[in-house]
Amino acid sequence: MSVLVFFGLNIIGDPVYMLVSPDADQEDIDRVIRNLGLDRPILEQYVLFVKGALQGDLGNSFIFGESALGLISRHMGATLELAFTALFLAIAIGIPLGLYAGLYPNRMSSRVIMTSSILGFSLPTFWVGLMMILIFSVQLGWLPSTGRGDTATFLGITSSIFTLNGLSHLILPAANLALLKVSLVIRLTRAGTREGMQQDYIKFARAKGLSTTRVVGVHLLKNILIPIVTVLGLEFGSLIAFSVVTETIFAWPGMGRLLIESILQLDRPVVVAYLMIIVALFVVINLLVDVVYSILDPRVRLKEQGK
Amino acid sequence: MTDKVLVTKDLETVFSMRDGDAKAVNGVSLSVGRGEVLGLVGESGSGKSVTGFSIIGLVDAPGRIAKGSIKFQGTELVGMSENDLRALRGNRIAMIFQDPMMTLNPVLRIDTQMLEAILAHRKMPRAQALARCRDVLNLVGIAAPEERLKTYPHELSGGMRQRVAIAIAFLNEPDLIIADEPTTALDVTIQAQIIHEAQKLCRLTGTAMIWITHDLAVVAGIADRIAVMYAGRIVEQGTVDEVIDTPAHPYTVGLLGSVPSANKRGVPLRQIPGMTPNILSLPVGCPFRERCSRADEMCQVEPSRHVVREDRDWFCHHPHIAPDTSEATQ
Repeated sequence: MSVLVFFGLNIIGDPVYMLVSPDADQEDIDRVIRNLGLDRPILEQYVLFVKGALQGDLGNSFIFGESALGLISRHMGATLELAFTALFLAIAIGIPLGLYAGLYPNRMSSRVIMTSSILGFSLPTFWVGLMMILIFSVQLGWLPSTGRGDTATFLGITSSIFTLNGLSHLILPAANLALLKVSLVIRLTRAGTREGMQQDYIKFARAKGLSTTRVVGVHLLKNILIPIVTVLGLEFGSLIAFSVVTETIFAWPGMGRLLIESILQLDRPVVVAYLMIIVALFVVINLLVDVVYSILDPRVRLKEQGK
Repeated sequence: MTDKVLVTKDLETVFSMRDGDAKAVNGVSLSVGRGEVLGLVGESGSGKSVTGFSIIGLVDAPGRIAKGSIKFQGTELVGMSENDLRALRGNRIAMIFQDPMMTLNPVLRIDTQMLEAILAHRKMPRAQALARCRDVLNLVGIAAPEERLKTYPHELSGGMRQRVAIAIAFLNEPDLIIADEPTTALDVTIQAQIIHEAQKLCRLTGTAMIWITHDLAVVAGIADRIAVMYAGRIVEQGTVDEVIDTPAHPYTVGLLGSVPSANKRGVPLRQIPGMTPNILSLPVGCPFRERCSRADEMCQVEPSRHVVREDRDWFCHHPHIAPDTSEATQ
């Protein structure tokens, strides 16, 4: 991964001309090149990068001069906040609607839910984002369209969820980012419900005289959550990695927008560091999914208690 | 039997399909008394399972009970509200299913699945309910119930799971248990054990049981009476001895002929020709006539009930029993 990105980025263009002023002479340019270490052979650059990376140093930003890692982690909070809110929305809206559509497949309202979820799937995120801004910010003037609002620190976490102003800034981009995932969760939940309700163990649970709430809420949900958690785990990674579009539209100061800017300015260390972080995130998320999996499904637990 | 736990009369369960209504259960009248085991026998698709689900009120759409009555201890179940039915299910009427691998929820522990069955019907301290679970597990022959309670279904064998399912059915000491082919998916040796346990429990608690099966050998071992079902109807009823030794209906004779036995070695088994008819397009008259060797023009007309006793009857124009051996005709 690092090889691919590192060498690939070298092909795209020379960052030096983005950095020096147009009327700089050759001497200035040479100095900048030497300062950035770009005068060395590319292989040597890569070895230096790997050496640094192993010690936790992914290089300094060409533009800002500060460490790329620090730059990204400063922006990461905003992105994580956005991604978590979107994930929360996806679960809080998707699972109940999916359950409803699965339990009563013939009702009109279920058909409405399923049709809307197709829309959620197929409408491009950027267009929906623009429409949201147009409706809620421009026409109705209810919600701000750009930036992150006030933040507050609670339990050591600095986030805009804790202030009203911050929340009002968060709603639109989070809803925009969540849209696709909500549709996905609805469809997954519905499919699981439809299939699960046919299972013998559901019929047996009903034959025990349990209430519908318990049959659906415990017997069914615990079984269908297994595939949902798997998919959501994978999707959460992409939620972070591809919040780029939403962050760009809503001018959200997250790392997705930082990435776009860095690519435009050919700020190689930042781009490389960003991709490294995303890779690491994916690994961590997959690990978490496996842990949750073993909580939900006793069949995949490695050690059995009491034996 | 005067002490009837369950009496169904002309029960009809209909599945509304695109190409018409399928009468899966077509006028079934049966009854079970306290401590009695009724064997409900028939081929796949004869409507025996649907009869069971109709009684417990778990017929799924597009199926519905169209006609008839189900009286459980004098209370009419047809048309009863879902809430009242739920209070009966698992409490007064319990059910055991065919495949023990599928009936227990794979992600819930045995104790959870047993406790909820008790707590859904009565308020009781957890410890007391747990004690009850242990007792019943012991009763169905599970050693070390304390440990078994803490396991998940996948850690138990098929026979063990079916014992747990039977234990769950007996938890609230129901008056009636509907056992839908509970031994079909098990080894013969386990099958014998399970039948033995179930029989013992019925005698012990006075629970009535409807044992649904396609296996006449099983039914001969457990039941007091047998009802033979064909194409959604009961074609013959009687005590085990009557039905096995002196079957009247040609279908029962055919079923008995298809059972392999030790003293008929080397002789090809007699088969019933053809297949169970599609219930959407039943032949006019006797539903069995197209597969029956005794059928003639008379069978174009549906046979009426030939009653020997209240619980010994058959529906056939040409029974294997000579007419003069029967005492009464209705």
